[in-house]
Amino acid sequence: MTDLSKLSLLEQHYLASKLLSDYVETIDEDRLEQWPELFVADSVYQVIARENADRGLPTSAIYCDSRGMLVDRIVALRHANIYAKHYYRHVLSNVNVKGVEGDELVVQSNYVVLQTLVEGDTHVFNAGKYLDRMVATPDGLRFKRKVVVFDTYRIPNLLVTPL
Amino acid sequence: MNAIREPALSQLAWPAAGGSRVPYGVFTDPAVYEAEQQRLFRGDNWSFVALEAEIPNSGDYKSTFVGDTPVVVSRAEDGTVHAYVNRCAHRGAAICRDLRGNVQNHLCVYHQWAYDLKGNLIGVPFRRGLNGQGGMPADFDMKKHGLQKLRVDSYGGLVFATFSESVEPLADYLGPMPCKAIDRIMRRPIKVLGDQRQYVAGNWKLYAENTRDPYHASLLHLFHCTFGLYRSSQKGVSVMDAKHRHSMLTAQRGTDEGQTDEYKDTRTFNADFTLADPSLLAGRPEFDDGVTLVILAVFPNLVVQQIANTLAVRQIIPRGVDKFELVWTQFGYADDDAEMDAIRHKQGNLIGPAGLVSMEDGEAVEIVHRSIVRDQDQSSYIAMGGAEAKDAEHLVTEGSIIGFWEYYRQQMGWA
Repeated sequence: MTDLSKLSLLEQHYLASKLLSDYVETIDEDRLEQWPELFVADSVYQVIARENADRGLPTSAIYCDSRGMLVDRIVALRHANIYAKHYYRHVLSNVNVKGVEGDELVVQSNYVVLQTLVEGDTHVFNAGKYLDRMVATPDGLRFKRKVVVFDTYRIPNLLVTPL
Repeated sequence: MNAIREPALSQLAWPAAGGSRVPYGVFTDPAVYEAEQQRLFRGDNWSFVALEAEIPNSGDYKSTFVGDTPVVVSRAEDGTVHAYVNRCAHRGAAICRDLRGNVQNHLCVYHQWAYDLKGNLIGVPFRRGLNGQGGMPADFDMKKHGLQKLRVDSYGGLVFATFSESVEPLADYLGPMPCKAIDRIMRRPIKVLGDQRQYVAGNWKLYAENTRDPYHASLLHLFHCTFGLYRSSQKGVSVMDAKHRHSMLTAQRGTDEGQTDEYKDTRTFNADFTLADPSLLAGRPEFDDGVTLVILAVFPNLVVQQIANTLAVRQIIPRGVDKFELVWTQFGYADDDAEMDAIRHKQGNLIGPAGLVSMEDGEAVEIVHRSIVRDQDQSSYIAMGGAEAKDAEHLVTEGSIIGFWEYYRQQMGWA
């Protein structure tokens, strides 16, 4: 397994950017069944409003502490939940590799999600930051922990597709 | 009440007495919205504005709304809670520009007029002029230029405010049934866990209907139905206060095994749907009465809920005839142990704008609002359970929705 601390800064940055690119592409191209595979089995995915994160309060829009819960979110999206059909387009920026802690690569980045509904117009749906901890696996880098802190804390109607 | 403009009520026909046929124009007419602000939100009703636990300390404040009027809820040095319109008495600027905070007094940034925590004016810069020039008139009386104050009362840690001088005390306004339901949920000191906000493109009353509707919950929400969090076949009640303005529906999980045949052919009952990680639904019984779901709707703008181990208040803020904001404030008990903290945190996935049993409600509101844009003299048909505003010992009813409309018509002077 790759020892992340032995990699050059350039390699770390490349691998982190690659995982983030794969992540947003999986969502934006509606390959959501593959989305949980970008996390290790024992992982955390949390989507929390900035107003709660800033106060140290736990209430989250989404809180999953296993890959199984991510799978359940997608099965629910496909078969259970009722919502207006839409597309996402993530715009990712400022990928900042903060360093290696233990076996985890600590990475922060910004995102904007543009949403397009069937009527055809596109709106800024959500903006925020990713606080990521990535680990090396035989399949490449995967998320051990992904915390999405969203600035757009008043959600237009509902949130079903992962940010 | 006398000075307000009459809304164009005469153009809208209610096809029948009572509340079982509602003309769609009620949801779309801006004149109706304007009249609601006067007659409901500034009329003889109490609006929910905060949890006491949100403003525990002297100087704590929260910016919120009564109807669509911005108000500040503030705790003073003596521990009392006050509410006033968030508008400087000088030239109308907002005095609180954050969602929440802690201050020694409120200072308008425009000309630095200062108010104490009870909303009294305590400072006006250059009041006596500079170097003998300028200054306020000699008869300027600070006491007459405080912030516009609302009456405030609280029950069970829930703070309400009203513009009305004549509405009855809060406990009487709520009545025995809602008081008992609030006592049950607010039985121990609470801790606030955080807020969630969603902005829904529909009229606020469509959500008032939704939260008084035990009929829809297992037919719209697959999660409720498939996993038995709520089904109309469960043991439960749909009850109202004496005036039918407030309502409560309750259900008990695990009381309808073998009685779900009627759901077999519905979209929302899917025996093949299983969870890869069922820990989501692993909760802990915490009320002795066995009731696992409570939706208490308090007129005009509050829902108090218990769904499994999630506890929350939902505040409805109208934002015009065709949109409203819904603010969920989730809480637990101050003495919750670490396991209960974790349960509430994980079950938070069920509620709010991304909630597995609640996200569809915003969608239901929007698909109605989009479709009633014309034909506003046509009406809905609300009759499940007998087309009467009556309590039921079952969950196959729309009686509480009818009760809401009857009270609404009366409050609007729309007989």
